[in-house]
Amino acid sequence: MKVLMSGNEAIARGAYEFGVKVATGYPGTPSSEILENVAQYKEIYAEWSTNEKVAMDAAIGAAYAGRRTITTMKQVGMNVASDAFFYAVYTGVRAGLVIIVADDPGMFSSQNEQDNRHYARFAKMPLLEPADSQEAKDFLGIGLQMSEEWDTPVLLRTCMRVSHSAMPVEISERKWDDEAKMPKWVRNQEKYVSTAMWAKKRRPIIEERIVKLADVSDKISINRLEWGDRKLGIIASGPVYEYAREVFPNASFLKLGMTYPLPKELIRQFAEGVETLLVIEELDPFIEEQVKAMGIKCTGKEIFPSYGELLPTDIERLTAKAGLFPIDKVLEPRDVTPQNLPSRSPVLCPGCPHRSTFFNLSIKGKFKNLVIAGDIGCYNLGALAPFYATDSMGSMGASFGVAHGFDIAGIHDTNQKVIGILGDSTFFHAGITPLLNIVHNGGRSTMVILDNATTAMTGHQDNPGIEKSLSGKGVKVDIEGVVRGCGVQFVRKADAFNVKAVDKAFEEALAFEGPSVVIVEGPCFFTGDFKEDPYEVDSERCTACGVCFRLGCPAIARSDEVYEKNRKRKALIDPVLCTGCDMCAQVCTFSAIYTTATDKK
Amino acid sequence: METMNFLITGVGGQGTVLASDIMAAVGLAAGYDVKKSDILGLSVRGGAVIGHVRWGDKVYSPIVPEGRADYLIAFEILEGLRWLGQVKVNGTILINQQKISPVMVSSGLLDYPEEKTVDEALAKTTPNVFKLHAIDVALEVGNSRVLNIVMLGAISSMLSVDQKIWEDVIRERVPKKYADLNLNAFRKGRELVKVNHI
Repeated sequence: MKVLMSGNEAIARGAYEFGVKVATGYPGTPSSEILENVAQYKEIYAEWSTNEKVAMDAAIGAAYAGRRTITTMKQVGMNVASDAFFYAVYTGVRAGLVIIVADDPGMFSSQNEQDNRHYARFAKMPLLEPADSQEAKDFLGIGLQMSEEWDTPVLLRTCMRVSHSAMPVEISERKWDDEAKMPKWVRNQEKYVSTAMWAKKRRPIIEERIVKLADVSDKISINRLEWGDRKLGIIASGPVYEYAREVFPNASFLKLGMTYPLPKELIRQFAEGVETLLVIEELDPFIEEQVKAMGIKCTGKEIFPSYGELLPTDIERLTAKAGLFPIDKVLEPRDVTPQNLPSRSPVLCPGCPHRSTFFNLSIKGKFKNLVIAGDIGCYNLGALAPFYATDSMGSMGASFGVAHGFDIAGIHDTNQKVIGILGDSTFFHAGITPLLNIVHNGGRSTMVILDNATTAMTGHQDNPGIEKSLSGKGVKVDIEGVVRGCGVQFVRKADAFNVKAVDKAFEEALAFEGPSVVIVEGPCFFTGDFKEDPYEVDSERCTACGVCFRLGCPAIARSDEVYEKNRKRKALIDPVLCTGCDMCAQVCTFSAIYTTATDKK
Repeated sequence: METMNFLITGVGGQGTVLASDIMAAVGLAAGYDVKKSDILGLSVRGGAVIGHVRWGDKVYSPIVPEGRADYLIAFEILEGLRWLGQVKVNGTILINQQKISPVMVSSGLLDYPEEKTVDEALAKTTPNVFKLHAIDVALEVGNSRVLNIVMLGAISSMLSVDQKIWEDVIRERVPKKYADLNLNAFRKGRELVKVNHI
């Protein structure tokens, strides 16, 4: 039977069909839906771990224990997890372990554009690159088997266009005996205790393994020759293969599903069989450089850029320029879209609890002389209009560390104070260790934790701060308790929906001579379920002062009505979008915003 | 047959993803090879959303190549304008007559395009433009949230796939208790294009 499935759904289905028993991960676009879908299969234990490194270690442990396991993450999650998978390549695994990473060429929702195929070569583990949903599912099965046969973790690399595209996928039932007993663990220190003296003995095994895997790569069915017109031969993998196939329907192809180690014999055979050899790949010349190192002449990055996506239209235009595609068949871009259309960049949603923080810390607000280090999450939107509130943002948990860096470099000498801001899930992910560091080393930064009781930006996954886990009931860890346990003496909590209370907490924390923490509490609108009656603007009272616009709320628009004294447009509230969070009523100095649920002020 | 390319564009929260899911499922049920791809940007609400759906004998890429969309199904005016360059010469545009101001506009930094600009751009793109008051139909049927199904009704009347296939897929994909509401919206949507034609 065929069912429409996205790449992420197909991987989850593969986990079910191929007998995976344990699945861990940390949410991150475009990978998040894998684990969410895995959780629907009761045969598989699935959890959101606190970060990718924790997820990876847990997955390695589960594979040691003898259960088929997957772990999932977005591209930058690999950096966090890297410390773990390097040792797993040495120790090997007992049951299949497939690491699934979703890359983001084109940077749709990431801070960088790294090509994670390098990690396979770096850590010396095999790499599989599915081109579509069907392959995503099939390759997971191949990867699990390869992992068991060769005693190594296997990297399965998708990208946004595989993860978020859908096609009909052939599905079947679970081929696994779930009643089979858990195998007993037998101590084997020389293999699993990766201390130098034993790891050294494992070291040559890894080299031998990767050489033998190159033979596998030559024979495996997912690396295949597709002979067509011999004038042009194209080596491609992942979704780029699909794009190139569409642009060059008659060319010869070497379609690679396993891209590390590369099938050298197959590549030689292919190169000898075609007149011009082209390597088309998104991001880095990962395949191309290895082909060139074999002494084979080919064209790649001379034509194609090493960044961004390489969509069919790009392939057409760039190969036409190089004389490999008929120039008269290239469609020129149509000049029909009006110039300067207003962008629709993401903004804090109506009812967002983060709004009060950024209203107070806004560039137009009262707090001057602040250096504000931001972090990964919805609250990164505080960097944008109308707040422009933050000075930096780089990676998970970086806010606290970067703030501390400003502090120890002596920023206080310039009369500036430092704040680091992150959210609850990010705090648990990578915020606790920098907090400990600040306390231990006598830092003076103010750290703000925006606790909206969910991992909002990636689609509302659980985290240790709430009572729910992916498999059901979770134990809630108290953030304030953790903060105090880290040795922070000055802790203030503020209600996110009380703009003045948030302001007061910031003021007190900034005045404190030592490390201070403010926890701003208020649930995400989408998990909090607090929709109240919409507010209205009393246009007679509105003086078009514009203070409510500074909240950057999508529900507050400019009215066509103009206030005669300043000739500015008054405010208007969209009753469909307004959630009744009350913040605009709190900041309105003319009491012009009210709700019919209570009385006019 | 030549691969048929559909683009569905709108604002996060308008139901474009469900619409592209249904389009893809209908294509599959009608015997085509199908692929689809949704680009959501950050998963925060209110951003621009675009879905690519392709039906054909054998579809490789899940992405509609630039300038080759046979149909642009725009759920919002600005989000229609933004993707006009994707439509092929003599392609077809269905555009819901609804304006949702982005924050850049509501906060007064930029203006929403004027009607004249909109009309000129549409006319320059293709003569086959259907300006549909689909949001009014959705509200008339009972809920702005069925706008996506009204738009699918409109596009369905231009394609040769059996009405029953569409209705079966819709019934399968929407919550049971809203099935009738959605089917009603779909049927009203089918009439929309004819009405506009005359």
